[in-house]
Amino acid sequence: MSSSSAHAHETQPGEAAVAGHGDGQQHPIRLYLLVWGWLFVLSACSYMVDYIHLEGLLRWGLILLFMVLKAGLIMAVFMHMIWERAALSWAIILPPIAVLVFVAIMVIESDHTVFTRMTFFSGGG
Amino acid sequence: MADTAHTAPDRPDGLKGIASDWASDQRAFKTASWGKSMMWIFLLSDTFVFGCFLLSYMTARMSTTVPWPNSSEVFALHMFGADIPLILIAIMTFVLISSSGTMAMAVNFAYRRNRRMTVILMLFTALMGATFVGMQAFEWTKLIQEGVRPWGNPWGAAQFGSSFFMITGFHGTHVTIGVIFLLIVARKVWRGDYDRGERGFFTSRRGDYEQVEIMGLYWHFVDLVWVFIFAFFYLW
Repeated sequence: MSSSSAHAHETQPGEAAVAGHGDGQQHPIRLYLLVWGWLFVLSACSYMVDYIHLEGLLRWGLILLFMVLKAGLIMAVFMHMIWERAALSWAIILPPIAVLVFVAIMVIESDHTVFTRMTFFSGGG
Repeated sequence: MADTAHTAPDRPDGLKGIASDWASDQRAFKTASWGKSMMWIFLLSDTFVFGCFLLSYMTARMSTTVPWPNSSEVFALHMFGADIPLILIAIMTFVLISSSGTMAMAVNFAYRRNRRMTVILMLFTALMGATFVGMQAFEWTKLIQEGVRPWGNPWGAAQFGSSFFMITGFHGTHVTIGVIFLLIVARKVWRGDYDRGERGFFTSRRGDYEQVEIMGLYWHFVDLVWVFIFAFFYLW
């Protein structure tokens, strides 16, 4: 977030006179095209993971890696989060950690459910 | 609203910045307006909704003893004399990413007061969003014809259908609402409402070109959710 001052206030001459937040978030178009290109490349990569039939940990690891990179690019640049102050970014990014805790709980719960199904139902449920 | 000093020179960054921004007796989000903050908070709540959908899908898939249908084959299309796995989903992904790209540039042109380019790019965004929903309707039709129902399908675990219709249906609804709002905001830009600061129908507050950025936040979020659905539902 410390990079904010480098980009946040690039305004075209003659446009700086507009008051308030109406002139906020101006970044070079080139940056958006670059991110767009990377999103295409990363999507193609994650599609290739399926196309060339990778299996096991490599498959899951690559799917997660490409997913996180894409999500990061969209949030950081398209949604302008790297140019917002940390007070906002953290308020938005931290709460979803609760979802990850929920995931961990449900993984344990699912393991228990599948165990009881295999133990007590002959054909599974 | 009083100016709450976005640009105070002595404002610290990092952890100290968070503490001092939140502790101050005014507003926590110094650089984000009321509208932008509320959109972010709405998106956070929507994150929980989609998070819980994906989480229940994970639970269903992990806890069933019946094999899960192979999404690579289920979503294959017969093209050019061969079955190409996931091809429709891949095209949908590229369409949605492209619509995010045009939206990001629309926001940029809006802040430059280039109304013509803003409207053109927003209409392109809406068009690609509508294309996405159209392809999703095609996909649903194909799967329903093949016998996929929320309570069963020909290939394996019954929960596949319920997860699929719930998750993609809710996402498709978000895209549809986004297309409608894109058209509404594009019309306002076209008429010059934001140059004159006309009051909006939704909040009755004076609008400016930040509305385009707030619209963009929603649209990028829809793209963001698709990234997770693509990874967990289609590829996993």
